[in-house]
Amino acid sequence: MSEKLLKPGTYFMMGNMACVEAALIAGCRFFAGYPITPSSEIFERASLRFPQVGGVAVEMEDELGSMAAIIGASYAGAKAMTATSGPGFSLMMENIGLAFIMEAPVVVVNVQRAGPSTGIPTLVGQGDVMQARWGSHGDLETIAYCPSSVQEFFDLTIKAFNTAERFRTPVFVLADQVVGMMWERLRVPQYEEIEVVERERLSPDMLGSRPPFDYSQDFNPMPIVGTGCRVNVDSLTHDERGYPTTDHAVSERMLSHLLGKIRNHAHEIWRWEEQMMDDAEIAVIAYGSTARSALKAVKTARSRGIRVGLVKLLTIWPFPDELIEKISQKVNAIVVPEINYGQLIHPVKEHAKCPVVGVNWAPGSLIEPHVIVDALEVIAA
Amino acid sequence: MRWEVRITGLGGQGAITAGHILGRAAVIYDGKEAVVTEGYSPYITGGWSRADVVIADEPIDYPLVTKLDALLTMYQEGLDTNLKLVKPQGFIITEKTMVNAAGAGGLRVFEVPALLIADRLGKRILLNVVMLGALVGFLGVVSPDAVKRALADRFPKAAELNRRAFDAGFEVASRLLRGGEVSEELIGEGEAI
Amino acid sequence: MSELQVLAGREIIAQSHVRDTLLRAERLPHIWCPGCGIGIVLGAYAHAVERSSIPVEKHVCISGIGCTGRVSGYMNLDSFHTTHGRAIAFATGMALFRPELEITVISGDGDITTIGGNHLIHAARRNVDINVIMVNNFNYGMTGGQHGATTPLEAKTYTTPYGNIETPFNVPYLVAAAGASFVARWTTLHVRQLAKAVERMMEVEGFAFLEVVSPCPPTFGEFNGFPEALDMMEYFRKHCVVDHSADLSKIGIGLKPGEKLVVGNFVDRRRPSYQELLEEMRGRAMGGEHK
Repeated sequence: MSEKLLKPGTYFMMGNMACVEAALIAGCRFFAGYPITPSSEIFERASLRFPQVGGVAVEMEDELGSMAAIIGASYAGAKAMTATSGPGFSLMMENIGLAFIMEAPVVVVNVQRAGPSTGIPTLVGQGDVMQARWGSHGDLETIAYCPSSVQEFFDLTIKAFNTAERFRTPVFVLADQVVGMMWERLRVPQYEEIEVVERERLSPDMLGSRPPFDYSQDFNPMPIVGTGCRVNVDSLTHDERGYPTTDHAVSERMLSHLLGKIRNHAHEIWRWEEQMMDDAEIAVIAYGSTARSALKAVKTARSRGIRVGLVKLLTIWPFPDELIEKISQKVNAIVVPEINYGQLIHPVKEHAKCPVVGVNWAPGSLIEPHVIVDALEVIAA
Repeated sequence: MRWEVRITGLGGQGAITAGHILGRAAVIYDGKEAVVTEGYSPYITGGWSRADVVIADEPIDYPLVTKLDALLTMYQEGLDTNLKLVKPQGFIITEKTMVNAAGAGGLRVFEVPALLIADRLGKRILLNVVMLGALVGFLGVVSPDAVKRALADRFPKAAELNRRAFDAGFEVASRLLRGGEVSEELIGEGEAI
Repeated sequence: MSELQVLAGREIIAQSHVRDTLLRAERLPHIWCPGCGIGIVLGAYAHAVERSSIPVEKHVCISGIGCTGRVSGYMNLDSFHTTHGRAIAFATGMALFRPELEITVISGDGDITTIGGNHLIHAARRNVDINVIMVNNFNYGMTGGQHGATTPLEAKTYTTPYGNIETPFNVPYLVAAAGASFVARWTTLHVRQLAKAVERMMEVEGFAFLEVVSPCPPTFGEFNGFPEALDMMEYFRKHCVVDHSADLSKIGIGLKPGEKLVVGNFVDRRRPSYQELLEEMRGRAMGGEHK
């Protein structure tokens, strides 16, 4: 089927489309979606491309259904995904929790727009950052990647599938309208250079010596339906056999396992890039399309003699606390620009040992670089 | 170097397509970097649309336009509303019959009779390609060959017609840049309908 | 693990049962109240799985939340206890990716028609090849007896203390109109017909829907004249009329004395299933046909 995948080479492509091509290369063969601006190109291209490679792209009746369907497909053995924007992401929260407790690898792409509520569907926002972390009820650990270019949207979509497969948990690609809708250079590497991870599968004979959900292990093979495992998979708090329980000790074991498998391996998930940080006295910490404004601002400020560098976060959840701690010990101040009224700045403040200043602007546009430069000049003075 | 261009028109005029062709040409055939972003009025049909194209020799940081090196407009309001975004040393390209460029202040304005040329080529739909040819000529950043190859990629069946439309627009730019006139004979290049 | 098995062993009350291999015996006794009809439905499903020509490892049982939602967990199959109302959507994703699976959703009336009503009508419209068995006990039992989209007019529940003023769904009529290949209704009194209907559902291509009317003595029954286990069974015995070709627009349930409760296999028609159409469409797409 690889002849139907996007071939290695250079393309000029829209972010949303690059996301679909990346998903296919990562082995995704099931897409369930519901149209929503500004993510609809993902669903449209998936509808064109998935059947060509023997996959399925189905329109569900709502995002509750999309999210449920991809978990069902995941347990049928599929690498499965959906794509949405804020209002749909809200509806998905219910079954994001289901994917978490059922340990179903799925990828959810959120092309963020301006909010709240219906907000401004066609314009950019980064208002779903905290929702991606805390939106579903109960205690969850989530994983979220933030692309700032078409290339990163491609690369991080593949990464998201790999992480989902390894951690058996929902993984978010938290893009935004600018990254989703922009056309830009995309380089597709040779396939052998692209890492593609496959989940470990449980087989019936393994069940003689181990329970299906071994909470003493961070990673367990997944029982796929139709292979004879006959495992119960439950949305209720469940024991190692998958059976519902109200036992405190078991509940504690399950939660420790679900949270721990991500917390204990956060190092494997964290991705970031530093620019001009060697002699920096101020660090700008940015993610998503805001990182592009921030880079421009850092260059401009440097040209005015301000020693400032950029730390671009490609992973925002699990939060890279150690990185922030380390950086904050090197610089005198941290600036966090976001297209919202203060979200990721909170964990930055929690872990930074230096003053942290936000640059917040979210009426539906990118933060223009000069706004960040102004803040840097005030801080430098 | 970094150049910022806005191409704007009314729905159906092909402004966004022209932007995509320009961006693709720069990236795929000229080895430059480019970002194209789109904008629309809230109407499904009949409203304005625009493509913003940032072209650069090096990786592009801020992906949106801030000060335009070139504004290409195919409708009157496109000139009026975007005028303030054009740099003092920038320029404006208008479709001559659809835009009155008198209000363009002290900026350089090139009026291109693209509709007339497209009609003479037999297809009014070529309007955006004629305008693109003129833009490429005036801008001098993306090579005409690259744009023609990008056009042929996108519209393989109409490659020849698009090439003629592009060349006609490009020739208009060359003449105007040399201080010449856009003569009847130029407009009439190709078979009249 | 061995500790858990020992612990589980101590909970076993029944010594053995003919369908032990299909049930997770270590999970018994079940949570259902005395006189509840859900166990009868579970029995009918187990019977149908046993008789089905499809290998047992290809059977998947999926439930939502509620009393009936517990069925999946007692079945010794690939089983999924999903979120409230989403079992059909979950099953849709699974069924489209692996059409060879025999997927049966077993859930309650509130789960299927109230919170999950949208998924129900769309799965029927798409004619997704899954089976849906809806146990209708006219109320939310697990949460203590509140009304839902199937509660009869004037019925009393904890949230309709003055009598229900909402007209309930006539579910077979709804699902048939939406496009299902197979639509039936039986009660927990009709044990054999029930099992036969489930067997048939496993053969049908497309969306197969079965409503099973069931007693719920301690909550719905208590307030509506069926307080003992046998009261509603007696109502079924007196009021049920088998009519496979009934006019579906006239089979809403009021549970009134003297009113007929129409049961039967109402719809059994050949319509292409979503999976069949998907396979055909994918053939065109893989062959390069587009637009």
